Parts: sequence; structure tokens; C-alpha cells
Amino acid sequence: MNSDDTMTDTGVAAPTVADGHDAHADDHRHKEPSDRQYIWIAIILAVLTALEILSTEIGPQGSLLVPMLLVLMFIKFWIVASFFMHLRFDNRLFSFLFYLGLGFAVVLYSAMLATFHFWTG
Amino acid sequence: MSDATITESSEAAEIPAGSDDGHDHIGLPHHTTTGLSNTKLAMWLFLGSECLLFGGLISTYMLYRNRQSDQIGPDQLWDIPFTSATSFVLLMSSLTMVMAVSAAKRKDEPRTKMWLTVTALLGGLFLAGQVYEFTTFYREGLGYTTSLFSSSFYTLTGFHGVHVAVGIIMLLSLVAMLAKGKLVGEKSETVEMIGLYWHFVDIVWILIFTLVYLIPA
Repeated sequence: MNSDDTMTDTGVAAPTVADGHDAHADDHRHKEPSDRQYIWIAIILAVLTALEILSTEIGPQGSLLVPMLLVLMFIKFWIVASFFMHLRFDNRLFSFLFYLGLGFAVVLYSAMLATFHFWTG
Repeated sequence: MSDATITESSEAAEIPAGSDDGHDHIGLPHHTTTGLSNTKLAMWLFLGSECLLFGGLISTYMLYRNRQSDQIGPDQLWDIPFTSATSFVLLMSSLTMVMAVSAAKRKDEPRTKMWLTVTALLGGLFLAGQVYEFTTFYREGLGYTTSLFSSSFYTLTGFHGVHVAVGIIMLLSLVAMLAKGKLVGEKSETVEMIGLYWHFVDIVWILIFTLVYLIPA
């Protein structure tokens, strides 16, 4: 089989042995987004960024502002990691490696900040 | 060991996995023991370790953000509309990067080169904005050793800027190699690996933009 034949319109490699990648474990569970869908994802990211900026100008002040900004930040982070970096469509081991490093960093540096009384002022 | 066993070239792809020809002389499977691309596995492992690097830099900044001197702090320096514009540029470079990966998977080389070049240009624009910002801050009296705040700020954003610069070099090298036909192995995977690095740089900026620029000290 020609490797070109294994490509779909969206650029997803069909799970065959002839595409130069593993066909058994590198399971593309879901169909990857099309170019048009990538544009929509970028628009959503741009809107979320605009919301972040607006919320610092005219949004809630005080104790509500920081949680709101953090939520928007995590949503943007998740969208880029899941869709642009294909974690949602790739093998779960890749997600595990990335989020393991991230989780380790969060725990380690949260503990470090606690040691310096960052949370209690 | 033949070339087919050490690369994931199209020649190697012709050998059916699981057949006798799909094993090298020491009996290892043709592909990998995990069944996944080792290159991709290594890249994700690298990105996981990069989380620790930037985690350290971000938490150090958070710790020292209020340790200012001479009344020069975020409130006096930050130009949120300008930084928002550069953030938007970097965010859109992630879109052009994913378009390049998509084109590479379709084996559309002209579009791959075009999107990679656009990504590098957007990255260059972001970097130019950062240089402008640093220059402005320095002229206003915020040197690297002015305060703990300035040291941690310049270290964090400077490290990120270096990552963007490295990404631009990789993107332009990739375009040159594609143009000269010097790229060996699975081209779409190479583009995807550089794409992962680029998206990670974008993800880190998403965190920096909120934690450093938007959340008030």
C-alpha cells in the first residue's frame, strides 16, 4: 500500500502498518480536527484571551478576579494541549508523561511556596 | 543494523511489522518496544521536564513579585494593551503551526513550508515585542539587578524568549531543509515534533501572561 493512501482528508494517518508509525498502540481514538476546526479553536482562544483582558479592566474586582483569571488560563492551557498538541487524540502515554511532569512541578513548587509562607502572606 | 531499523523512513515503512523482516539482527521488533514513536515519546518526556523548569521560574517570580525598590513595580511598568497584542500574535502562531503539521500530514510540502515560515515570522514579531518591552523597562530604571522583582521577572520572561528564539531557529532550519530536500525520515513527524515544542512555548506564555501580567500584585 502506498503511504499516501493511508492519509485521510483531515491528515489523519489510518492505522495501517505501512505508514511508518506503529499501527497497534499509537491509537488515534478520535478523528483529529480539520483545518476549519483548528481556525474555530483559535477563535475560541482569542475570545478567551479578550475575556481575560476585559475582566481585568471592567470585570469583577477583588476576590473574584483572580479565580476567574485562573479558570480562563486553565481552559486555554487545556485547549492548546488537547487540540493543538493532539493529546486528546494521541496515545494516553503521551498525556501521562506530560501531565506527570506538570503535576510534579505543581506539587513541588506549591510546597516550596508554602515553605516561604507565600500562601499565608 | 540496517538503516530501516534505526529510522522511520518510508523505506522502513514498507516492511510489515511482525514479519521476520520487521526484526533486526538481535531480534528486537522493527518499530519500538512500546509500539510508539520513540522520537515522540522523548519529546513528551522533554516537555514534561520543561514544566519543572518553568514551574521553578514562575514560582520564584510569584515569591519575589512584591520585592520591589524605588517604587518601580508592575503597576508602573506594565503596558497591558501592548503585551496583549504580542500574546495574541504568539497564540495565532500556534494556529499557523498546527496548519503546518496538518499540511505535512497531507504531504502538501508547499503549504507546509508556507505555514512554517508564517509561524517563524509571528514568533519573530513576538520576540521583537519582548525586546521592545525589555528596552522600555530598562530605560525606566528597571535593570536586571535593580530588585528581586526585576531579576525574577527578567529571568522568567527571558528564558521564555530564549525558547521562542530556539523555536524560530528550528522552524527556519526545517523550512531550509525541506526546500533543499535534506530532511530524512518521516517528514510529517519532524514537523509535528517542532510543532509540539512550539505549542509548549505558547502554553507557557498563556501561564506567564495571566500570572505575571494580569493578576495584580
